[in-house]
Amino acid sequence: MLRILLKRFGFMVLTLAAVSVVAFVLIQLPPGDFADAYANKKQATGGPISLEEMVELRERLGLNRPWSVQYFDWISKIVLHGDFGYSWGWKRPVADVIAERMPFTLILAFSTLFFMYAIAIPIGIYSAVRQYSISDYVVSVVGYIGLATPNFLLALILMYLGQKYFGQSVGGLFSPEFQDVDWSWARAKDLIGHLWVPIIVLGTSGTAYLIRTLRASVLDELNKMYVVAARAGGLSPTQLLLKYPVRIALNPIVATLGWRISAIISGAPIVGVVMSLPDTGPLFLQALLDQDMALAGAMVLIFAALTIVGTFISDILLVMLDPRISLES
Amino acid sequence: MTSPDTTIPTTKEQRNKRRPEMASQWQLMWWKFKKHYLAMVGVIALSVLVFLAVFAGIISPDVPKARNNAYLSGPPMGIHFLDAQGDFHLRPFVYARTTKRDPVTLRKIAVVDTDTHWPIEFFVRGGSYKFWGLFKTDIHLFGASGGFIHLFGTDSLGRDVFARTLYATRVSLSIGLVGVTLAFVIGAMMGGIAGYFGGVADNVIMRLIEFIRSIPTLPLWLALSAALPRDWSSFQVYLAITLILALVGWTHLARTVRSKLLALREEDFTLAAKLSGCSNSRIILRHLLPSFMSYMIVDVTIAFPEILLAETSLSFLGLGLREPVESWGVLLFAAQNVRTLAHTPWLLIPGLFVVIAVLAFNFIGDGARDAADPYSK
Repeated sequence: MLRILLKRFGFMVLTLAAVSVVAFVLIQLPPGDFADAYANKKQATGGPISLEEMVELRERLGLNRPWSVQYFDWISKIVLHGDFGYSWGWKRPVADVIAERMPFTLILAFSTLFFMYAIAIPIGIYSAVRQYSISDYVVSVVGYIGLATPNFLLALILMYLGQKYFGQSVGGLFSPEFQDVDWSWARAKDLIGHLWVPIIVLGTSGTAYLIRTLRASVLDELNKMYVVAARAGGLSPTQLLLKYPVRIALNPIVATLGWRISAIISGAPIVGVVMSLPDTGPLFLQALLDQDMALAGAMVLIFAALTIVGTFISDILLVMLDPRISLES
Repeated sequence: MTSPDTTIPTTKEQRNKRRPEMASQWQLMWWKFKKHYLAMVGVIALSVLVFLAVFAGIISPDVPKARNNAYLSGPPMGIHFLDAQGDFHLRPFVYARTTKRDPVTLRKIAVVDTDTHWPIEFFVRGGSYKFWGLFKTDIHLFGASGGFIHLFGTDSLGRDVFARTLYATRVSLSIGLVGVTLAFVIGAMMGGIAGYFGGVADNVIMRLIEFIRSIPTLPLWLALSAALPRDWSSFQVYLAITLILALVGWTHLARTVRSKLLALREEDFTLAAKLSGCSNSRIILRHLLPSFMSYMIVDVTIAFPEILLAETSLSFLGLGLREPVESWGVLLFAAQNVRTLAHTPWLLIPGLFVVIAVLAFNFIGDGARDAADPYSK
């Protein structure tokens, strides 16, 4: 058990290191560096910048050092001081810009995750037990469509319907009167009232996927001999179902938790943009469009770190759920 | 022991029924695939889409760039057989549209005029285009004589959404095709190396795959395409986007190839082939490849919709393809804000095509997965 955990932990750290290199490469990828961008900005506002100034700026920021040195400088600042660099688009430290918006992304991601599992597990079990019933077919059809509809299209459709039938915008996370006020009970309630639309948008395809997987694996288990034996032994149907087939069928669901988190984090920016949420989505997109790569790279790093940690947690959960895994190693 | 059936099968049905043991592997797969009802629906839907894409030029009533200033942001025009009086017309028609000025907003609006009919005619002349890039022609499958016809309405510039959607289908499907082919080549190569050489190469490639799969794809795609130079031509962007999609999308295929290679390497028939003196390349191409080709096809049908959705999302966010290229994502880009959506909901029609294409591929993938191993049961 401990050995698995250590191995997984080691792998997680390695992956994080690799991701940080990718993020750094992304930051360096567009032509030109911070000094060029600064010069462009200066020139656009009319202030000329001389060649000497550029050289001096590069020297001061350490832009002419080899990239490996720059990388270690960058990553050690992040790890040791939480300093992600400076966003010239916002003229503020990257960490501050992200910190303002990250909570909303996290709230959205984790409530989506919660609802996804809370809805998918009972429905998946139900449609496996009542295979080929009308509700099973309905779930399958809705699931297929949910899988095939891109997140942003679902968002657009919901917003269109909201606009048409309720006459109100379903975008955003707050009503206008709660937009810029301090946190209060009423504001939290308002947030919850707005949160369900992005949750539906983000969670539908994942929920559909989970239901399909769970249904298939419960069906697999239901026909096995041990289930028949347990039933013959006189266990009540509900107890039997929950104790054996469902427990085993949960394995693939838990094993893919990391991918689910990855999918939600993947989808969050695009939904955030479409529904104009005050989360990291629009921030990320704007940073990319402006090629504000210090900010964009930092966000890629954070998104990736979230999913990697999520995968690690799902690995631990899987070991706890299925004792066979720790015996194997 | 029963004596072998000696009657000569006459119809195709009989031949198929009587000799499953004589049928080739691919034939067995096809029979099994055909039984999957939804998969066949998927094949039909996809064939229709491909047909529309291939013949986009002739099917669309006008070229996609043409602007109809008399019908800006116009709603879809329905084809009618019955007119307002309830009389039946053999030749279908659309109602005429006349332009009026809205008394309140002073914006030009099109009004339906049910008294005038614009009959639909076939093989009419319209804007000229190059048929498959080969020769110039101005023949279009159908058009409304005396006026115009916009089956899916028009956008704010008066461009026909129907024509644009057909041309977009062409671009989007081709991106999917090129991207999947690239991913297929990369995946087969990496998986082949990992499975064939094993050891360190296998370890490195597997870690690489796990790594790519553990980072959220969309942000990565977005960041990569944002880093593309802004002054590239649309064709360069097209190539770069396909490459980016393929670079992230090959992992599934590589995994399949590797695991199948590892398993098949130990099979008796491989040993037999080796003992009878087959060369390595013959073993791989003649004996191993056909055994897992079907699994690769399954993976391709799974990878295709992923790449389609990725391209659509990228273009929708303005980081993939851009005007003047038409793709489903580019068209949906116009429907991005709620206010436009409220006035012109028909701009979402290209989204329907996305959903149909992805659904079709999912169904085909399900059928292919069942058919991939025709010897089971």
